[in-house]
Amino acid sequence: MQRYLSNTPAEQRAMLETIGAPSIEALLSRVPAQARLARPLRLPAAASEMELVAEMRALAAGNADADAWTCFLGAGSYDHFVPGVINHMILRGEFFTAYTPYQPEASQGTLRTIYEYQTMIAELTGMDVANASIYDGGSSLAEAALMAASVTGRSEVVLAAGVNPLYRHVTATYCDGPRIKLRTAPAPGGTLDLDAARTLVDGRKTAALVVQTPNFYGCLEDVAAAAELAHAAGALLIVVADPVNLGVLEGPGTLGADIVVGEGQGLGVPMSYGGPNLGVFAAKKALVRRMPGRLVGATVDLDGQRGFVLTLQTREQHIRRAKATSNICTNVALCALMATIYLSTLGKQGLVEVGELSAAKAHYAAERLTQIPGVALRFPAPFFKEFTLKLPVSPDRVVGKLLKQRILGGVPLKRFDRALGDCLLVAVTEKRTRAEIDAFADALAKVVA
Amino acid sequence: MAKQGVPSYDKLAFELSSPGRQGYALPASDVPVTGDAVPAKYRRRTPAALPELSEFDVVRHYSRLSRMNYGVDTHFYPLGSCTMKYNPKLNEDMARLPGFLRLHPLAPEAVSQGALRLMHELGVMLAEVAGMDAVSLQPAAGAQGELAGVLMIRAYHASRGEKRTKVLIPDSAHGTNPASTALAGYEVIEVKSNANGEVEIDDLARLLDTDVAAFMITVPNTLGNFEPRILEITELCHAKGVQVYMDGANLNAILGITRPGDLGFDVCHFNLHKTFTTPHGGGGPGAGPVGIKAHLEPFLPTPVVVKKDEAYTLDWKRPKSIGKLQAYWGNVGMLVRAYTYIRTMGPDGLREVSDNAVLNANYVMKRLEQDYDVAAPGPCMHECVLSARRQKKHGVTAMDIAKRLLDLGFYAPSTYFPLIVEEALMIEPTETEAKQTLDQFCDAMIQIAREAESTPGLVHEAPVTTPVRRLDQTKAAREPDLRWTPRG
Repeated sequence: MQRYLSNTPAEQRAMLETIGAPSIEALLSRVPAQARLARPLRLPAAASEMELVAEMRALAAGNADADAWTCFLGAGSYDHFVPGVINHMILRGEFFTAYTPYQPEASQGTLRTIYEYQTMIAELTGMDVANASIYDGGSSLAEAALMAASVTGRSEVVLAAGVNPLYRHVTATYCDGPRIKLRTAPAPGGTLDLDAARTLVDGRKTAALVVQTPNFYGCLEDVAAAAELAHAAGALLIVVADPVNLGVLEGPGTLGADIVVGEGQGLGVPMSYGGPNLGVFAAKKALVRRMPGRLVGATVDLDGQRGFVLTLQTREQHIRRAKATSNICTNVALCALMATIYLSTLGKQGLVEVGELSAAKAHYAAERLTQIPGVALRFPAPFFKEFTLKLPVSPDRVVGKLLKQRILGGVPLKRFDRALGDCLLVAVTEKRTRAEIDAFADALAKVVA
Repeated sequence: MAKQGVPSYDKLAFELSSPGRQGYALPASDVPVTGDAVPAKYRRRTPAALPELSEFDVVRHYSRLSRMNYGVDTHFYPLGSCTMKYNPKLNEDMARLPGFLRLHPLAPEAVSQGALRLMHELGVMLAEVAGMDAVSLQPAAGAQGELAGVLMIRAYHASRGEKRTKVLIPDSAHGTNPASTALAGYEVIEVKSNANGEVEIDDLARLLDTDVAAFMITVPNTLGNFEPRILEITELCHAKGVQVYMDGANLNAILGITRPGDLGFDVCHFNLHKTFTTPHGGGGPGAGPVGIKAHLEPFLPTPVVVKKDEAYTLDWKRPKSIGKLQAYWGNVGMLVRAYTYIRTMGPDGLREVSDNAVLNANYVMKRLEQDYDVAAPGPCMHECVLSARRQKKHGVTAMDIAKRLLDLGFYAPSTYFPLIVEEALMIEPTETEAKQTLDQFCDAMIQIAREAESTPGLVHEAPVTTPVRRLDQTKAAREPDLRWTPRG
């Protein structure tokens, strides 16, 4: 008997007898005979646990994991440290195997952790409210663009060129149906050209201006100036931010953002080859009834005791159907729980230390790497934990050569922007040691020599 | 009644905080730390008010919170349409192999071959299960799979120079169906179902015209019944140039029995967090791969995992693609779990899954048919829908019954869905539950039906054993309190 199934043949017979059916087959009588699959599914035969573990280990060994390799890759996914306590807590079956908390009396654990998560994200981003999560940074930005268009009744969104091109790609997919036009404001010096943006942000058409900080190239943007520019045209300012950095960097809400979105993977969520991730979504209070996704609110029970529920659900698809603010149902609650436990563990001081360490190591790395002849920072703007290098030889070749030393040396930017064909995006988290950075610099020096 | 042995706990992490306490240990910096790396202009002025806790504070707090939840590991979870089956522990171990867990999405393909191969093979296996020609693994959840599927249909019509503007969806559908379809730019036309939740073919035929891009339907339907005339329906649609989309939420009923592709569907999404045992996690993450027939292949989301000679690669050169759904390639962590599950079960095991899911649902329906109204006559597939209209005559609603079940040690069925059934109680036992558990559940349901007649007050009062009693939803919506602030 298959180990995940529970009914023995004798139990099956007893059940059929109660039902009054001669066989399970008889229960399938409504499936048209000509549509029945007349053969077994063509799948590999069942594997025992031992066999499968060996096979999966072999598959996993074909991948350059960040435990065995030195990872300088970023571009939206980062090798930040994940405290061991997170995995132990999320694996408690009461969290792990629970459904969406639609029966609040039996779901107070999940509801309370989401309320904590919403509070932490609102606090970090400097916003009034955060939702219970969207899938990832890309879909969060897409939802923000849709929300801005719906709130303003306008049909264009201007994205700074420094917005992660993968997020732009996702946003374009989501904006296709509603016919929202995306425009790009240039960033020739690595940060948004405010004068060029001013000509693109239109007082009648533009729903929102989007800036990312630090942006895709690693450069820090002037959020306050972007806010002023957007608001002068009656548009919203959407800021894409990485919440891990917000222990050190100012919350975009404090600088004038109306919606803050971003990828929260760095908050204790494993990289997992790019998913599941954690789409962060926060907004000003005035916009709360237009927000996508689930929200948890505090209330009281019949005895006056504090309790928590999913609230403002009339925004959502299961109530409002075609007129919902978003089609999202399943989100990434468990990743939000990882982030909540991460932020509880690191706390007020720990997140600052993670940010300071990452920034210090990134700046040390930039200094070491740019001492190599022909290697330079591509943009002059201040950066945080990630920066763009200009190389004297093909970045693809460099990356390929570094693999031999088990170094994941960065992301070549040619694929994202042809004008940056000689550039490599390098990210440095608190996990990288001075010795690893020095080894990277030595290896790079040899490759470009 | 005792509160299930769980001591009352009403703390939030912020309320446990003690200034200076810490739960982490980071190494001292081995590089110079200078304040000027990040100019003051960009720095935070007020520290973020995160809690300050020891590691043990964290462990005890979240352990206590977890005990205020019902999960599949601890409770029978007969939540219809959600397929709350056992989530195998082996899946978790496999997803945590460092090569999967700590692989960066932009690692060069040469050193991501294991992950790419797993994805490619999973795509092939899912295509076989659904009788489809190709699968995109990128959608993060069912709703995103729907969006991807409908966008591909739209791109297909556009490629033929056809401008169709409407999508037909039965009134019994999940809310995501109309929401995703509207997001894809279509007008949603609701199709009335008959009392059994089945499509009235004459009504459908009348609505099918050259403006209709697609018909979207859940099979088995949301009343748990197999649509007996499904082949006629898909043929009728195709005759009018209409694409047919199957919501795969109920795929657990038909593994190895029939396949969406063989039923005539052009598109079908999979909920890996339902049929393929990835955990629900309190609301997500899931994964919503979407399967398609060959004519839709040019429109698949980018990139597509392809096999070239003996190597696997991400193919970005797809000019007709609908684009991207999420930044990277899909919820790979969930894909590893689903792959592990399919390999564990094999073809015969998957078939047994559906056989037992159908058996269990019919058993529950039979045992409860004397005490509750059955929404549609059986046999049902993997779930059954009851109506509490009989109990409502005594003032006891579907919601009251759900709450009373919480006191009796069971999670609740889905209530008030599908919308076309009055006082609906939608029960999906899944194949992983044993007869003994089903008997206990049915006994509890029968007890509640009796209580509805004899002591309705008891049912109205429920739940009384849970950490909180019924909550004031109106207050929550009227005075939104969505983040913690210090009391007083």
